[in-house]
Amino acid sequence: MSAELHEMGVTALAAALRERKVSAAEAAEHHLARIRQHQDLGAFLAVDEDLTLGQARAADARIAAGTAGPLTGVPIAHKDIFVTADLPTTAGSRMLAGYRSPFDATVVHRLGDAGAVTLGKLSCDEFAMGSANENVAVPAVGAAAPIPVRNPWDRSRIPGGSSGGSAAAVAARLTPAATGTDTGGSIRQPASFCGVTGIKPTYGRASRYGMVAFASSLDQAGPMARSAEDCALLLSTMCAPDPDRDSTSLDTPAEDFSRSLGNSLDGLRIGVPREFLGDGVAPGVRAVVEAALAEYEKLGARRVEITLPRTELSIPVYYVLAAAEASSNLSRFDGVKFGHRASNYRDLADMYAKTREEGFGDEVKRRIMIGTYVLSHGYYDAYYLQAQKVRRMIADDFQRAFGECDLIAGPVAPSVAWKIGEHGGDPVADYLADIFTLPASLAGLPGMSVPAGFDGGMPVGLQLIGNYFGEAKLLNAAHRFQQATDFHLRQPEGI
Amino acid sequence: MTSPLIRGYEVVIGFETHAQLSTASKIFSRASTAFGAEPNTQACAVDLALPGTLPVMNKGAVERAIRLGLALGSHIAPRSVFARKNYFYPDLPKGYQISQYEIPVVQGGSVSFFVGEEQRTVRLVRAHLEEDAGKSLHEDFVGQSGIDLNRAGTPLLEIVTEPDMRSTAEAVAYARELHKIVTWIGICDGNMQEGSFRCDANVSVRRPGQPLGTRREIKNLNSFKFMQQAIDYEIRWQIEEIEEGRAIQQATVLFDPDTGETRAMRTKEDAADYRYFPDPDLPPLAIAAEWIERVRADMPELPRAMAERYVREHGLSDYDASQLTQSVALAHYFQSAVAAGANAKLASNWITGEIARRLNQQDIGIADAPVTAVQLATLIGRISDGTISNNAARQVFDALWTGEGREVDAVIEAKGLKQMSDTGALEKIIDQVLAANQKNIDEYRAGKDKAFNALVGQVMKASQGKANPAQVNALLKARLD
Repeated sequence: MSAELHEMGVTALAAALRERKVSAAEAAEHHLARIRQHQDLGAFLAVDEDLTLGQARAADARIAAGTAGPLTGVPIAHKDIFVTADLPTTAGSRMLAGYRSPFDATVVHRLGDAGAVTLGKLSCDEFAMGSANENVAVPAVGAAAPIPVRNPWDRSRIPGGSSGGSAAAVAARLTPAATGTDTGGSIRQPASFCGVTGIKPTYGRASRYGMVAFASSLDQAGPMARSAEDCALLLSTMCAPDPDRDSTSLDTPAEDFSRSLGNSLDGLRIGVPREFLGDGVAPGVRAVVEAALAEYEKLGARRVEITLPRTELSIPVYYVLAAAEASSNLSRFDGVKFGHRASNYRDLADMYAKTREEGFGDEVKRRIMIGTYVLSHGYYDAYYLQAQKVRRMIADDFQRAFGECDLIAGPVAPSVAWKIGEHGGDPVADYLADIFTLPASLAGLPGMSVPAGFDGGMPVGLQLIGNYFGEAKLLNAAHRFQQATDFHLRQPEGI
Repeated sequence: MTSPLIRGYEVVIGFETHAQLSTASKIFSRASTAFGAEPNTQACAVDLALPGTLPVMNKGAVERAIRLGLALGSHIAPRSVFARKNYFYPDLPKGYQISQYEIPVVQGGSVSFFVGEEQRTVRLVRAHLEEDAGKSLHEDFVGQSGIDLNRAGTPLLEIVTEPDMRSTAEAVAYARELHKIVTWIGICDGNMQEGSFRCDANVSVRRPGQPLGTRREIKNLNSFKFMQQAIDYEIRWQIEEIEEGRAIQQATVLFDPDTGETRAMRTKEDAADYRYFPDPDLPPLAIAAEWIERVRADMPELPRAMAERYVREHGLSDYDASQLTQSVALAHYFQSAVAAGANAKLASNWITGEIARRLNQQDIGIADAPVTAVQLATLIGRISDGTISNNAARQVFDALWTGEGREVDAVIEAKGLKQMSDTGALEKIIDQVLAANQKNIDEYRAGKDKAFNALVGQVMKASQGKANPAQVNALLKARLD
């Protein structure tokens, strides 16, 4: 049994646990062993085997007592953006090295309540700022210094970001599932690059309480797993109103996203934005997307050509707004109350300057500076306010498009995962690669990445974007695709 | 009212007041707002700005803002927006203060009050909700500062006026009236020493008819006395500067009660760029009309309306009515006395006279007065029914106040203060007095009214003050005329 354990997804493993074909302790031990074995991937920032095994034994007791929840005993790992009481939380930053939260994020808490067993904390770009997981500033488990996360499909390549640790860990079968967060594509893009399934729900469906804030109006939590079916199970647990902790949490009741899996796709109108298949898209990626669309037509869906005319503008709009919010959200890291404080300083101003100079990495500083600039007196109207107006227009464009289609499909990213260091520290090259994930983020729409093929041996994800609260429809469309294809079941070699 | 000029200058004053709202918990967290706890024991994860924490609006704070808006005739915005004011300071845990900037919850309105006999009205610009910062403690820490975050996140309502005030007296009267209103409607405990009601005064001077002069802002005036001294000093200082040919620089100043002077903390050059922007953690604050109506239904009668009612129902003077409505407690005391049967005018006289004097002397509030409203009503009843004279009443009152006695009638009895109501006994005294004062009788009959008063005095004296003066008058007249 043990040899196959890591090949089981969440749904299968949950069933095996319920049927007592496998114990939670066995599942935990098996995955912990794999995490140790694959430390070179740099996927984990924190592991506490005793803690995990303790949770697993408690899960076994619940199963034995017949009080198991839907996820009891299923191992899961959390992106290190979620604060956890039992494990350190760094957000990938020196600023929070050694920080321990007194409470769990709502999402962590909900998954724990449903019975999930925590394997550890996953690497990510510092404060979730990055598209390659190269910006992590704290050492991974087993490493003496910070290391970029490696893509299990080709260890010389990046896994995508910022949820790169989550995507790599799921792809390498170190965990059946992981949490991620998506601000401008941070679930979808690494899911695409690592060949896993990931979904970002409608903004406000998952509580942000306990997520180290990057850009508050965009940040959303979501699951990353092997299949749409697994994601549906996890997302049903993750999404619920949290009005006492998060004012932006919507009061939309929790929903069982698994229930509509298997619905027919007959007559489903899939909108393909012409802007998503232009010259900037690698031919291999375009071919995968075209083939996936053809598959959908075989499943009964109808392809509709649509337009999202402000797709290109989403890049400047996003990098103004996200940076503006980040510049303010990160002000609390000042060395006064928690986290890093410079050891030598002359006075208060010097303490602030040195603390933040030492504690933040380059990309974080860059965004703080951009954000500070666009909010400054005399620049606010031209940048921040203008970006807010265009953001509204981008959202309106989607509503027009949804008048003609039920779902939108296209590539997640213009290319497959690039080589570590390939962008040579050119932030704009990274920013441009976000072009297809940013529009749905700015509009607050749910979006997902579904493994749809390969380009030069590297996975390519198909992006599906739904209308507000269209998670069930998205997951069903992905599930039907996965029933007809096996891309999501492929495994990297040497894993 | 024409503006009083000082050395030919007109004074222009506007106010910004921070009223701490009387909610049990903080504006965006569930930590307690109680004053005086050990440092940092009332700061929860949200107040400490721990990573992952988010603000959740305290509806009680919003309701208090609505109450103020209703009391001052303001527009209550159906949609207002919280913004972040970004700056670094150790006692500001998030590195920004959540406030309202472009769209505040309370807009417009006015405060009316008397300066002497003259009614004045000061227009409000706005009142907005915001959170307080913590406190930096520079004493007791050698070479370091201590940070106490108990106050961080305490709800404040910042109430901003137009520059409508034209004298120190008017400014202080405005502040007193606003203080009265916020305590009256129960949104603020008004404790100025604990910082629950802090005023910033923007002061400038100009020649009449000229555009507004450059203002200086006196921060954190936490007593009416200091307010008066600070503004007076500031006006004199500004006029002197101008007279000596120096231009006023926009600045924030602090008043030092020890020297009686104001001194600049920072000038406009150091003004920070706060980079305000709408807080993405808080959706716009929506206030439905039904909410406003629910709050309105729960509003107490406001002091001005109550004073007008006293004039109408009890025939009190405007002045007395306004004195009686200086606080809810005082008005309640008056109403209790009237409800217990006291003549309203007499009750008013006692409260605004004897009682006010003694409260002042002892520096206590009406709630701590040793004489209850019911005792006062009984006492007034004994005057009205002729049992005791006004003079005797004062003795009874003193006994009650000092705790020498507790029951009005028992004190009257014990002190033998009952007026003589037995006509026979009084006639006897009058006979004796008339027999011994023929000279006064003759003078009176010759037209000297003074002589009659002398006879009354003699009778009162002979009765040891127990005779009813009205009765003495009547009997004497009957005998002499």
